Amino acid sequence: MNWSAIAAIYRFEMARFFRTLAQSFLSPVLSTSLYFVVFGTAIGSRIQEIEGVSYGAFIVPGLIMLSVVMLAISNASFGIYFPKFLGTIYELLSAPVNFIEIVIGYVGAAATKALFVGLVILVTASFFVDLRIEHPIAMAAFLILTCLSFSLLGFIIGIWASNFEQMSLVPQLVVTPLIFLGGTFYSISMLPPLWQTVTLFNPVVYLISGFRWSFYGLADVPIGLSLLAILAFTGLCLGIIWWIFKTGWRIRS
Amino acid sequence: MTTILSIKDLRKSYAGGFEALKGVSLDIEQGEILALLGPNGAGKTTLISTICGITTPTSGSVAVGGHDIQNDFRDARRMIGLVPQEIALEPFEKVINTVRLSRGLFGLGRDDAKVEDILRKLSLWDKRKNAIKELSGGMKRRVLIAKALSHEPRVLFLDEPTAGVDVELRKDMWEIVAELKQAGVTIILTTHYIEEAEAIADRIGVIDKGELLLVQDKDTLMAQMGKKQIEVMLTEPIQTIPDSLAAHNLTMNGNGDALIYTYDTHADRTGITTLLNDVAQAGLVLRDVQTRQSSLEEIFVNLVSGEPA
Repeated sequence: MNWSAIAAIYRFEMARFFRTLAQSFLSPVLSTSLYFVVFGTAIGSRIQEIEGVSYGAFIVPGLIMLSVVMLAISNASFGIYFPKFLGTIYELLSAPVNFIEIVIGYVGAAATKALFVGLVILVTASFFVDLRIEHPIAMAAFLILTCLSFSLLGFIIGIWASNFEQMSLVPQLVVTPLIFLGGTFYSISMLPPLWQTVTLFNPVVYLISGFRWSFYGLADVPIGLSLLAILAFTGLCLGIIWWIFKTGWRIRS
Repeated sequence: MTTILSIKDLRKSYAGGFEALKGVSLDIEQGEILALLGPNGAGKTTLISTICGITTPTSGSVAVGGHDIQNDFRDARRMIGLVPQEIALEPFEKVINTVRLSRGLFGLGRDDAKVEDILRKLSLWDKRKNAIKELSGGMKRRVLIAKALSHEPRVLFLDEPTAGVDVELRKDMWEIVAELKQAGVTIILTTHYIEEAEAIADRIGVIDKGELLLVQDKDTLMAQMGKKQIEVMLTEPIQTIPDSLAAHNLTMNGNGDALIYTYDTHADRTGITTLLNDVAQAGLVLRDVQTRQSSLEEIFVNLVSGEPA
């Protein structure tokens, strides 16, 4: 393993994050605060508690997931697309690095940034609502796995995209609807029976359900299934990335 | 001499059937400077990209320092530095960080002294903390060179390093190349500026339509293929070339005060003595005589157009 290459890519990517620290830090704090003002206070006060958890506290895991997923995708896709766009990818291709090292460097940095923002939102949320975390290890595991798996997805999008429009296509047209319909702001038990069944085909449901379980012990689907879903998703992304590098698809002519 | 780069029957075809490289074979000796000349689209950049790992070859093999570029890619690539033709740099990053990134990518630990040395040599030290977008085009090109040198390569590829570069930077570049050669670095450069190849290369390779037409020692090439011209300057301008000199196929300059005679340096008889005698016989008085060797550019144009020089 070329560890110094991994470290070099990681440092270089993190430098981009620190260059825009105010934006990286303030933007999630502001948007989370807005969600709490609107959903937690204005609307939430009219919504009943859900299985003993106030509505404001109930939406925290979903809000964290929403930001973390979007950021992991955008960080990782931008991280690898930008060198392609600028042409600086020549250096990566001519360096003594293999695909595992490239992925660890880029995905590692993207996941770190997403994790950081996830923690910032968690801290911000604690100022608005009473948070309790019943299963801290499971919470950390879900958070880290989500950061990693969606960074992998972002990496794939960044490799696939041939312009900026395509970069935002998957996050906006696929991921955002799945997250909003995946139980971020509601428990799926609130839905009519037909939609409860349909919702089970949305993979994000398993993610948010598992993550919420780690906070309050509340789950829409069994926790084992949630864990399996996130692991399967990570495996799928890894498989696609392995194929991309093996064939040089969209990277090496 | 040891061969540091060995290219054997290298071919590259694209999906559409276009053959960018049609079986290039070439051995490059350690410490030499090879200039690759060729028109646009000749395959120069494809050749370099294939050796460096940016493009995958269709068939054939390349070994750098005995390391195959595919089976032993890490050891092969560690020896190679590449300065690409296009300026490709992260605009918001600082100069020093992008150079450190390159060093790290090639598996070397952080070495501030080494990076400082490279940046100073390239007159970039004062700009080390500047974001790359603040630099001029010439400075950006220096950054690309700094990145390529950051991991101390044994073989350096310069893909049109002086395209769009001012005279000062071009001279600096030539000095850097000379210094690297002193340090035993092998340099392969592609260029459009034939005087550049003429000035710094040891050997010249001419590539066109994916084929290596010729690789030869620069001086031998120029001696073998070059023609010489003798310019006979006259004290009094003339209107037409006297009929008695017709056999010499002379041309006249615009002012009519000089006659130009082209001859082959390798011919048994150059015909100079007869020419000068005939000129004197024709009653013309010589003011001066000078000779001129045909440039590499003329040789190159003739080679690519398929005509003898």
